[in-house]
Amino acid sequence: MLSLSVNGQAYPVDVPDDMPLLWVLRDVIGLTGTKFGCGIAQCGACTVHLDGQAVRSCVLPVGSIGNRAITTIEAVGNTPSGQKIQQAWLDVDVVQCGYCQSGQIMSAAALLQRTPNPNDADIDAAMSGNICRCGTYVRIRAAIKQAATGKQEILQTLVSAPEGAKS
Amino acid sequence: MKIGPDSPQDKHDDIDLGRRHALQAGGLAIAFLWVGGTGVASAMINARRQPGDAAAALADGNPTFAPNAFIRIDTSGAVRLVMPSAEMGQSIYTGCSMLLAEELGVGLDQITVEHSPPSDELYGIPALGGQITGGSTSTRATWTVLREAGAVARTLLVSAAATKWHVDPATCTVDRGVVHHTPSGRSLGFGEVASEAAKLPMPDKVQLTDPKDFKLIGKPMRRVDAADKIKGATQFGIDVRIPGMKIATVMACPTLAGKLAAVDDKAARAVPGVVDVLRLDNAVAVVGDHFWAAKQGLQALKITWDHGVNANLTTQQLRDALADSARHGKSIVARDDGPQPQGTLVQSEYQSPMLAHATMEPLNATVFVTADKCEIWTGTQVPARAVGEAARITGLPQDKVVLHNQYLGGGFGRRLETDWVEQAVAFAKQVSYPLKVIWTREEDIRHDRVRPMYHDVISAVLDANGRPVWYGYRTSGGSVLARFAPPAMGKDGMDSDAVECVAEIPYDIPKGKVEWIRHDMPPGLVVGWWRGVGPTHNLFVFESFMDELAHHAGKDPLEYRRALLQKSPRALGVLNLAAEKIGWGSQPLPARVGRGIALGEPFGSHVCAIVEVEVTPQGEVRLRRAVVGLDCGIAVNASSIEAQVQGGLLFGLSAAMFSDITIKDGAFEQSNFNDYRNLRINEAPVIEVHRVINTESPGGLGEVGTAITAPALANAIFAATGVRLYKLPVDRHLLVQSPDALKSVVSAAVHAGRDVA
Repeated sequence: MLSLSVNGQAYPVDVPDDMPLLWVLRDVIGLTGTKFGCGIAQCGACTVHLDGQAVRSCVLPVGSIGNRAITTIEAVGNTPSGQKIQQAWLDVDVVQCGYCQSGQIMSAAALLQRTPNPNDADIDAAMSGNICRCGTYVRIRAAIKQAATGKQEILQTLVSAPEGAKS
Repeated sequence: MKIGPDSPQDKHDDIDLGRRHALQAGGLAIAFLWVGGTGVASAMINARRQPGDAAAALADGNPTFAPNAFIRIDTSGAVRLVMPSAEMGQSIYTGCSMLLAEELGVGLDQITVEHSPPSDELYGIPALGGQITGGSTSTRATWTVLREAGAVARTLLVSAAATKWHVDPATCTVDRGVVHHTPSGRSLGFGEVASEAAKLPMPDKVQLTDPKDFKLIGKPMRRVDAADKIKGATQFGIDVRIPGMKIATVMACPTLAGKLAAVDDKAARAVPGVVDVLRLDNAVAVVGDHFWAAKQGLQALKITWDHGVNANLTTQQLRDALADSARHGKSIVARDDGPQPQGTLVQSEYQSPMLAHATMEPLNATVFVTADKCEIWTGTQVPARAVGEAARITGLPQDKVVLHNQYLGGGFGRRLETDWVEQAVAFAKQVSYPLKVIWTREEDIRHDRVRPMYHDVISAVLDANGRPVWYGYRTSGGSVLARFAPPAMGKDGMDSDAVECVAEIPYDIPKGKVEWIRHDMPPGLVVGWWRGVGPTHNLFVFESFMDELAHHAGKDPLEYRRALLQKSPRALGVLNLAAEKIGWGSQPLPARVGRGIALGEPFGSHVCAIVEVEVTPQGEVRLRRAVVGLDCGIAVNASSIEAQVQGGLLFGLSAAMFSDITIKDGAFEQSNFNDYRNLRINEAPVIEVHRVINTESPGGLGEVGTAITAPALANAIFAATGVRLYKLPVDRHLLVQSPDALKSVVSAAVHAGRDVA
């Protein structure tokens, strides 16, 4: 019997050591905010924090975790960087289908935690492991910068004067 | 209570028949225009029709006031809105809510949204012949009816208040869920008049808000589903948990149309947590206490497949046959304006690959079959069709099949199919417990219903100035429509999707001939709707060729197009807008940097994309920037329009840069994101979306960005390198500047390696 610390709570779980954390969270503990996308650490939908670091839970054997603290999307809002990222995600209206966004937010929160003012290269490095098929990347980049600086970052192109166009 | 057999008879069924013709439709959207006038087509989405019986009312929570299938208000004043379309990221829940809320007189912060139950009668989109979310039709089809639905509800609520106060309803106003009578200073909340409003007769005519007075429509509104999605609290199909539920994962024969010959499940059943091994004639499922046990069990199976007719099939065989069809096959003519005139003939051939959807949420369905009921939880673009299939498989009547739609973790056309639901029902009816079937990513890609491959031959006759006086187009490919909706096929068996955006073009080219050569794929290679479908390749071919013609004439691609657009003001408008915003021609670009234009009128909108790329000496393509000029008529939600176009463009860029489903030994060679590459954030350009402001009817949006992308990319690559791409995805080998460029990278890598060592 393993004991996992998830979102500040201890969960005893009776599962094989080689079972990936993702399925323990989803199917055993019942926290379904962490998503299954590929099973081979290629898409980042399953990203959680282990002692504040972003890891891909779909390939993380649960027996290797020990007493490190697991944080999932359900509780990342309790951390300062997670709270900022979630608020910026709302302000910029990042999400589309939303399925990858748990993982995107976990990766972004970990980035902000260690790099409070990330530049484009930092964002590329931290976020390129998270695929979004809806193509929310433009707004993800804007939201991370907004979370870091507090300055409004969204493109101001929503409503344009129709120069050269029939109105 | 207003729901029940005594609901007012609907006198307005015919309103939708007229509206269908307002849709500038093609492809999936044109599908059912041909069956117009039938009973099915007339009994669809309507501002006044309600769920028809007591059971439906009970399932709906017995709302106090439910004047139609979209609005429920109880005595507390809580407003629930039922969404006719499925939410798969396109923000249609927000758009539909805005249309309803604008006329009802509530704010988006005052409502909750719900998935609709399966019902063609209540939620059918007339242009699609049913409760289908696809073809970029949702806003076009609901733009009027949902505002009318909101106005019907508001009219009844105001009447109830006015009656109570003995005043003229015209002297009352509505604001944020409250009816006011300003002259007397009285107010009543919607909840306080809901019971009385439910007893009033349905108003025949309602007044819709003048667009200049819109409070919500046209504004950039935040999504109604965002708050849960950023907390991991949104329930997608894969998140459903039913008491007693077991979890299965499956493998169908990797060879297309192959069958299951035998399976040895001894080792699988010995895996801890495995509870069952189930069989269909072409697939095996392992059931576990959790997904991991099921997956371990699946890997422990010893399966023997009967590979069947496709055992030796390859992509090259398909491509060769398709090319032969395009060049020599008997065609169905979509357009023919008479004999080809004299002049200089220019001709090119283009090829487009098969594409997988790869929705982020792998396909899944949870199904509980009992003796007299089949209950399904899944995210689907076609809830009513899924119910029909489940009834067929279980032998139960349709009213014994209950489907709970869910938020979709991406659709892109994949969830217009029902194959995974059918499979899950077939497995679930073998067991006594609720069964959640989750496809692995590998299964999801290997058994996708791909966008068809195409081979297109395009030609033009030019006058002495290089201006086209005739164009010819022969396109060859499989038909999605022929399988999805056989009655929707047109004259002589024409598939409107096959020639969409090429049979009618914005350019002033006096004559043309457009032909489709139907080329069915082998059994088991099922082609499907994929965001943009026909226009994705027709625009790639046509707009690449327009660039070829401009080059041939020695003209700037922008000027060349402009000269042909004098009769298409909306197309010219978006071309000029995009060119101005990117600063076309304003300053010279660096070496191996180029910009490419693509212009089109897909899905009832008008769009121009200009993509700027840099091609490295080694042939890598870097996407630097994209600017879009868009005319989609009246905007409902300006924010989601921008998001849809950005996302659509990236979806198209991802495919054009990387994607190609290939077949070897009758099976797809790609299976996960390692070999079916997708665009990542470090590869994504900034995308500006500039919109023409006007009061035209709304155009479609979900597929517009995707359809216009590939030609803009290919034209940019041509501008940067002089290399014309006749085949997608981008072949980097063709773009290498010189063999030395590759050598220098190799030596640099070796050098770097030494430094590290």
